[in-house]
Amino acid sequence: MKPAISVILLTTLIGTGQGLFLAFYSAEWFVLLGILRPPLNDYSGHAAALSVLLLALGLVASFFHLGHPERAWRAAAMWRSSWLSREVIALPAAMLLILGYVLLKLSAMDSIVLVLGESIPISISTVVGFGAVLAICALFVCTAMIYACLKFLRQWHSPLTVLNFLLMGCASGFTLASALASYSQDGRFAYFVGMAIFLTLAALIFRFATLLRNKGLRSPSSLQSAIGVHHPTIRQIAQGAMGGSFNTRAFIHSYGASVVRLARRGFLVLGFVIPLLLLQISDESSTLICSLAFALQYLGLLAERWYFFIEAEHPQNLYYQMIS
Amino acid sequence: MTQLALVIDLNTCVGCHACVTSCKEWNTSGQAGPMVDKNPYAAEPTGTFFNRVQSFEVGTFPNTQTVHFPKSCLHCEDPPCVPVCPTGASYKRPEDGIVLVDYDKCIGCEYCSWACPYGAREIDEQQKVMKKCTLCVDRLYDESLPEAERKPVCVLSCPTSARIYGDIHDPESEASKAISDAGGYQLMPEWGTAPANHYLPRRKVSIAIHEEDLQRVDNPLRKEDRGPRKPTTRTTLDDSTSW
Ligand code: SF4
Ligand code: SF4
Repeated sequence: MKPAISVILLTTLIGTGQGLFLAFYSAEWFVLLGILRPPLNDYSGHAAALSVLLLALGLVASFFHLGHPERAWRAAAMWRSSWLSREVIALPAAMLLILGYVLLKLSAMDSIVLVLGESIPISISTVVGFGAVLAICALFVCTAMIYACLKFLRQWHSPLTVLNFLLMGCASGFTLASALASYSQDGRFAYFVGMAIFLTLAALIFRFATLLRNKGLRSPSSLQSAIGVHHPTIRQIAQGAMGGSFNTRAFIHSYGASVVRLARRGFLVLGFVIPLLLLQISDESSTLICSLAFALQYLGLLAERWYFFIEAEHPQNLYYQMIS
Repeated sequence: MTQLALVIDLNTCVGCHACVTSCKEWNTSGQAGPMVDKNPYAAEPTGTFFNRVQSFEVGTFPNTQTVHFPKSCLHCEDPPCVPVCPTGASYKRPEDGIVLVDYDKCIGCEYCSWACPYGAREIDEQQKVMKKCTLCVDRLYDESLPEAERKPVCVLSCPTSARIYGDIHDPESEASKAISDAGGYQLMPEWGTAPANHYLPRRKVSIAIHEEDLQRVDNPLRKEDRGPRKPTTRTTLDDSTSW
């Protein structure tokens, strides 16, 4: 498949935004449970606002993919059958819930609604935040299933796709949280960095496993089954269009093997290995190192998503092997 | 249930593109609105087509055969392109099985084209909506047309009658009979899309000619070795008689 830039931006931006919210919301619970020390000044409202901003940027990027963005509202109609439609519902839902959380945190309206086990005070924002977590999980699944549900794109049609989207989104979100925590001199820094390292490592393992899996994949389709002529030697001599067609422009990329190889190595190194090393050597005062780790990881994940498209082989390409 | 479809005979298709041009002509001037036609007379002509004829060379020179292969939406019975559409713009008509796109609802997200293994869908670069073969749905039920013309234009235009149109769920239809008599098959059956359009396979068309087919062995003239009478130089009765 040919990489679609707007889709690459959409999936990576919202992945980071979702991960960022999960980082701060989970830290909030650890504080409530008395496992982590509360930060001196609570900036989780601002962090969540950054998360909404990332989701909004992703949404804006996605509009560039549409031929008729003004009709985008129609895309919520077929949620019973289409994962894309489900994503179109889950994304604004997550944004609204996180926004509600932000408003509650930043205004004076937040108040305690119940006390769990006599010592854990639960405020409205915690309840709304929990709703946001559910929407975020749904969004991760919907986004990844858009790709994983297409059964003849064999490189995508695997539970690994869902796992990878989840792990990479969370990893980049926690890395960003580490940078924010070190900037705010937040005592929860160690938690964020520890989780960022764990998630980046897990994401690396599963992404690598996916590369190995895809290496051995053979499509059941061939030129023989595509045109139904069962002869071992078939050569296309005309594809019915001389100046190319939508089928050649939207599906067939012209990047050479060396560029593709560079992208593969690049995303493994930039997206996973270097951030792991940087996070490993960082401490509470190394805002710069954590920010660098996040910036490189995000670049790496852009390359990863680009490669994700290049990796997928569409059976329609069998019909478009030669222009003449 | 009715499932309208095309059956394409690869034996008779000569790759003349009459179906391609008549399809474009009918559909660009019809209900569906214009179809892009960029640089039609310059280098790199490109545009939207519902139907294309591709050519393949089978075998190794000098023992090759050229297979001309018309390709359009196959109106799959289990179309993977329909459930993925987020707007419901893509749908399969329950009454006749035609897969259509509602151009007023389509947002041009291209997701359905990812979901079609045959590459049968194309984004129209002007209208920015997804387009594909409609099986000339705007002809099939048009009572202002003579009944014989209520068929897809490609079928009417094909000079070799390589395209057969009919209901493949009706065992008595011409299309069903062609499929069962000539071993009609579906493209990429491995994906379970159950394409409604079928193709009739190529068959060997050579015949053996023996010497005796050209000259009858039992020719009575040859047998008795008595050829036609030779012309004579003697004067005949006609030359000497005058009346
Ligand atoms: S050929 Fe492609 S576009 Fe047509 S019905 Fe089948 S899957 Fe859909
Ligand atoms: S391009 Fe149009 S028809 Fe295709 S999935 Fe998107 S909205 Fe549906």
